[in-house]
Amino acid sequence: MIELNPFVIFIAAIFTNNMILSNFLGMCSFVAVSKEINTSLGLGQAVTFVLAGTSIINYLVYHYLLVPYKLEFLRFIIFIISIAAFVQLIEMILERYIPNLYYALGIFLPLITVNCAILGVSLFMVIRDYTFLQSFGFAVGSGLGWTLAIVALAGIRQKLKRASVPKGLEGPGITLIVTGLMALAFIGFSGIVQIS
Amino acid sequence: MSSIVISTVSISVITALFAVLLTIADRTIGNYGQVTLTINDDKQFTVDGGSSLLSTLIEEKIFIPSACGGKGTCGYCKVQILEGGGPVLATETPFMTEEELANNVRLSCQCKVKQDIRIQIPEELFNVKEFEVTVEAIEDLTDVIKKLRFKLPEGEEINFKPGQYVQLKAPLYEGNDEEVYRAYSIASSPLEKEYVELVIGYVPEGIATTYVHHHLEVGDKATINGPFGDFYYQDNDREMVMVAVGTGVAPILSLLNFMRSKGINRKARFYFGAKTPSDLFMLDYFKQLEEDLPDFKFIPCLSRVGEEDEWDGFRGRVNNAIEKMMEDGEGKEAYLCGNEPMIDSVVKILTAKGMPENLIYYDKF
Repeated sequence: MIELNPFVIFIAAIFTNNMILSNFLGMCSFVAVSKEINTSLGLGQAVTFVLAGTSIINYLVYHYLLVPYKLEFLRFIIFIISIAAFVQLIEMILERYIPNLYYALGIFLPLITVNCAILGVSLFMVIRDYTFLQSFGFAVGSGLGWTLAIVALAGIRQKLKRASVPKGLEGPGITLIVTGLMALAFIGFSGIVQIS
Repeated sequence: MSSIVISTVSISVITALFAVLLTIADRTIGNYGQVTLTINDDKQFTVDGGSSLLSTLIEEKIFIPSACGGKGTCGYCKVQILEGGGPVLATETPFMTEEELANNVRLSCQCKVKQDIRIQIPEELFNVKEFEVTVEAIEDLTDVIKKLRFKLPEGEEINFKPGQYVQLKAPLYEGNDEEVYRAYSIASSPLEKEYVELVIGYVPEGIATTYVHHHLEVGDKATINGPFGDFYYQDNDREMVMVAVGTGVAPILSLLNFMRSKGINRKARFYFGAKTPSDLFMLDYFKQLEEDLPDFKFIPCLSRVGEEDEWDGFRGRVNNAIEKMMEDGEGKEAYLCGNEPMIDSVVKILTAKGMPENLIYYDKF
């Protein structure tokens, strides 16, 4: 495998290997919380932060605990546990110190635990054998890419509010179609870098 | 073999580490210190911050009605918060009317106590107590409905108005891993202050009804709190129209028992709806009530009785019976208890017959 620069991975994770638009991970909150730009930006920040944090924790746990004891098969359960604990911690911190963001995110904050993009990033980084810096770049990039996608979608949906959408397509229906179109548009980036 | 041990141990260790970390965080970041809780501007409590308003109030022995146990799914635990409630959460808005939002009404189970807080609750909630009761008798009314008689602890008594309800706590049992409270109307007379009777139907997979029907036995202890509710006997001379289906009979029984023991002389008609003859119960009891009360008639209505069945009572639903048998709605008042479609259709008939809507009292479940 060619040693990739962490920065290249970072850029790739935002544009060419976007978590949502090329892997379709993290769809539930992507569709549910993309009604307003401000809220989706908040959620995007929270996801990025949680991704950065969990990638560090999960990298250390995987390479210094699971690999030495040949327990790689436990990674799914261990990753989920550490993500859950980390989100719980973030929730407490936000509630205490940034209550506005806490209230804006509402019940979606605990839902970050089951956001598959988070587990996806942790699994990709071990499957692709990233180094520590590569993992971190990949995680932060994925978070920013996720934020970019959800904020863009929220912007489109705010415009859509004033459009006349066929009744059967209102809400999630048209959102998924928009997501598909955005994914097509993002294919345009694929020439920049390629990581997987 | 060793890999099983190692994996078990490592998962345990990692989980324990995170648990310790979170406990420390809860004690430090989640610790909001002591705050002052002011109720109705005259009662003050110093409480530990950080938990929901509902559980904080329960700690202080003030019981707000709540059926779901604080999960934000029943919408009963509404409380007016004058100060210190923070913004309304997305989990609360589905239960709120615009008027309630404007009056700062909140779901007390969702609202956390993080600073000094001032709330307003109805004065009668101070009358609500929790009782450790003993099951004295269980009677099968039909295959799926039981009547339970609970005895209050020695020296304690419950003061309620006929028609009000209590909440029964369903504890943990095999197959149920959460404690919930469910509301049941009291069937006994309020003059019997040491006893509470409930009529409870079986709902498949219902947490509380499974507990009552399959686990609770005579002599067992149970926990109830109450009384709650704004559906109760109104003291006047109007003719009473009572309507109930199924277990909705309970509050009506309380009204009738109360009227009998007080010797109240009011004209009363009780329309009771069921499907088949096997759904009827306590027929002797109502016959006795018809004799004891000066002007009371029990009118059972069966909606699914075939031509070949022997049944000389009313055939049809309760709303059909009222339509046929009740004359003018003027000068009467109504007490309805049952499911929503029944109540809606009966209210429609009663108002069409000229009964003012504010004299129709109902308890939907």
